[in-house]
Amino acid sequence: MTDVPGCMDGDWDVIVVGGGNAGMCAAIEAAEAGARVLILEGAPRAYRGGNSRHTRNFRCMHRAPLSVLIDRYDAAEFFDDLVRVTGGETDEGLARLAIGMSEECLPWMEAHGVRFQPSLSGTLSLGRTNAFFLGGGKALVNAYYNTAEDLGVTVFYDAQVRHVGVDGRRFTHVEVEHRETRRRIAGRAVVLAAGGFQADIDWLARAWGESARNFLIRGTPYNRGVVLRDMIDQGARTVGDPTQCHAVAIDGRAPKYDGGIVTRLDCVPFSVVVNRDGARFYDEGEDVWPKRYAIWGRLVAAQPDQVAYSIIDSQAIDLFMPSVYPPVAADTLPELARKLGLPPERVSRTVADFNAACGDGRFDPQNLDGLATRGLDPPKTNWARPIVQPPFYGYSLRPGVTFTYLGLKVDAGARAAGPTGPYDNVWSAGEMMAGSILGQGYLAGFGMTIGTVFGRLAGQGAAAHVA
Amino acid sequence: MSLDVGLQTDPETYGATATDEARRQIEICNACRYCEGYCAVFPAITRQKVFADGDITQLANLCHNCRGCYHACQYAPPHDFALNLPRALAETRAESWERLAWPRPLAQLFQRSGVALALALAAGIALLFLAVLGAAGQGRGFYAWMGHGAMVAIFLPSFLLPLAALAVSLRRYWREVGGARLHRRDLSDAVVAAGRLRNLSGGQGQGCNYEIGDRYSDARRWMHQAVMYGFLLCFAATVAGTVLHYGFERPAPYGFWSLPKLLGVPGGLLLTLGAAGLIWLKLRADPDLGAPDRWGGEMAFVALLLAVAVTGLALYAATGTAAVGGLLALHLGSVLTLFLLTPYSKMAHGFYRFAALLREAQIARGARR
Repeated sequence: MTDVPGCMDGDWDVIVVGGGNAGMCAAIEAAEAGARVLILEGAPRAYRGGNSRHTRNFRCMHRAPLSVLIDRYDAAEFFDDLVRVTGGETDEGLARLAIGMSEECLPWMEAHGVRFQPSLSGTLSLGRTNAFFLGGGKALVNAYYNTAEDLGVTVFYDAQVRHVGVDGRRFTHVEVEHRETRRRIAGRAVVLAAGGFQADIDWLARAWGESARNFLIRGTPYNRGVVLRDMIDQGARTVGDPTQCHAVAIDGRAPKYDGGIVTRLDCVPFSVVVNRDGARFYDEGEDVWPKRYAIWGRLVAAQPDQVAYSIIDSQAIDLFMPSVYPPVAADTLPELARKLGLPPERVSRTVADFNAACGDGRFDPQNLDGLATRGLDPPKTNWARPIVQPPFYGYSLRPGVTFTYLGLKVDAGARAAGPTGPYDNVWSAGEMMAGSILGQGYLAGFGMTIGTVFGRLAGQGAAAHVA
Repeated sequence: MSLDVGLQTDPETYGATATDEARRQIEICNACRYCEGYCAVFPAITRQKVFADGDITQLANLCHNCRGCYHACQYAPPHDFALNLPRALAETRAESWERLAWPRPLAQLFQRSGVALALALAAGIALLFLAVLGAAGQGRGFYAWMGHGAMVAIFLPSFLLPLAALAVSLRRYWREVGGARLHRRDLSDAVVAAGRLRNLSGGQGQGCNYEIGDRYSDARRWMHQAVMYGFLLCFAATVAGTVLHYGFERPAPYGFWSLPKLLGVPGGLLLTLGAAGLIWLKLRADPDLGAPDRWGGEMAFVALLLAVAVTGLALYAATGTAAVGGLLALHLGSVLTLFLLTPYSKMAHGFYRFAALLREAQIARGARR
């Protein structure tokens, strides 16, 4: 792909802002319809693809076995799953559209270079609902860039869009910063697919509160919401709670940005979790981890210093997938507490109180075993087995932000709207408008579904507009 | 928080030794697992939580350097985790061949200055043959230039001694990776995996990411197959000649419709095509996704294979002309060099790789049970 700044000037039909999954789907659709397409990707080439780089699967409705997906997953069940995680915070029309179109998207993805593989080890429960990308999201991103290149799409990396020029209801141009020069590029239509604002810690702190400065960002450092902010300042209509972000509990030693999947930690249900002061604060065994990891992000965020510590003994160390970091280990609980920087006496007492409240029963790590504490506050309602066998292990936990909910409001054609109604030629797709459908919570693989469906719709709409 | 363990993502822990660096990267892979569908290495990783040195040696020899995982990796440089598993395993693999070779210094010498060594050796041996050739004169065909007895006296030990050295190395390998007694199923699994180069297929037959960046191509697998089957055909031709000579008292030269030629000519053509193809691909591939220190040695080995094939075909084409003497010297020189260097050159990779496939089949069978 060319990377000569001069080539940015041209007679562009469709300008796509953001080169992640949604932007690439839009670019491919528009180019296949005959449009001259320019992609402006804010990250350098090595980090292209936004948060899509870190994804691993695509949630997909299907009425019969499809590609790697087994059995069936119909629209009604899919929608029920969505309502359950969002607590009804979803635009039903858009949600049903995304679900309904997901089935035809999977073959489209395969036809455009994406390869799928059977469900990964340790994720067998997703084999029916989620199609895993061979090699993960970065392989998908690579496939789409190659397809786009073959279609004659032009891509610029390190191209940060600073302003989207809108005149009334019409998009006219973008102002883009590329290698310290700012330039104006005109186009006939624009697709905004530049993600959320979670990597802008100041914005996060203004929205959520100062404690957000202690949050870790699981994905790309390039999603700083510059384009979203610019559109909001121009009166674009928005959806989603501007103060909220989706945060899960991850290993506290993860890097500030871009730690991705390997920093997740699955030990909480088999542990006692204490805060900085050595006190428990929530039922660790409320449900299986895939249904609870998301609320633990908020729980940890509410603790002093936004940190917590998960403590297990040697009986539990092999019950969960290895995290990337080895646990802190010690032969006694006070020693473990000291290594973790926690008050040793308080931790010992917390664990002793927990152990004393554990009852008899069969421990079953795979299922809700009902092995609950008695007379303990807060209780642990499953997997409550005394923590007694050295060596003892500890992991620190911190909130890891995946995405933010605030986004642009779009219609069923992925078209964005301004203060006086829908824009003539502005579309939006991906994380940037996902708040319409995912008002709260998260459903694994659904972000890629939204990105693919609305990316394709946006590309089709933009191409039809300029045709 | 104080720690008594190094983190795999702390740059200070990177790359103390090739094995330690591979272990660091494998532990990150084991927490990610996105690459499971590419090849046998990733399912093998997921079977374990702790990786001893022998486990790393086994994984390194199981890796066929298809590079799919590198291009798919969200943690590849410039990411701080700096994952480049194809390179880490290539370096560990090359180091294991040097460590396990017997005698060891020969392997180290070849790996680091392969081209020079192979050239010098082939030229030296060819000169020796030229000197000897003058002395002979009984027999027909190329035996008119060098007697059959002399040829056997030189080549039989040159073939068997390197094989004996290799056997020592493979025994060491088997012990290091914790290999157990072989089952017939292990052998058939490994033969199929090697015969189809399954681990270069990208998992779905799309091939690897070798010569055209993150795009898939099956060219390397095809070229490698041409080399492997071409070499095996040439070897079969030699065996057929030996059987005809001793079993049926029909010494060379053989006509085109004889078994040695029917096996040898297609074999030589395949080997020529494959070796030339591999050289072309290697020149286009990114050396940083392999073991850059060993690039020369690897290239020398492929070039040597090409020399063996080309001189062999030329020798056949020159039958009855005065060029036979010189070509025979060159051909025998390159064949002898190839044989002698087998335990110390990239030629050894075939043996180690097959051992790794055997061990993998064995472990997978145990895991299924």
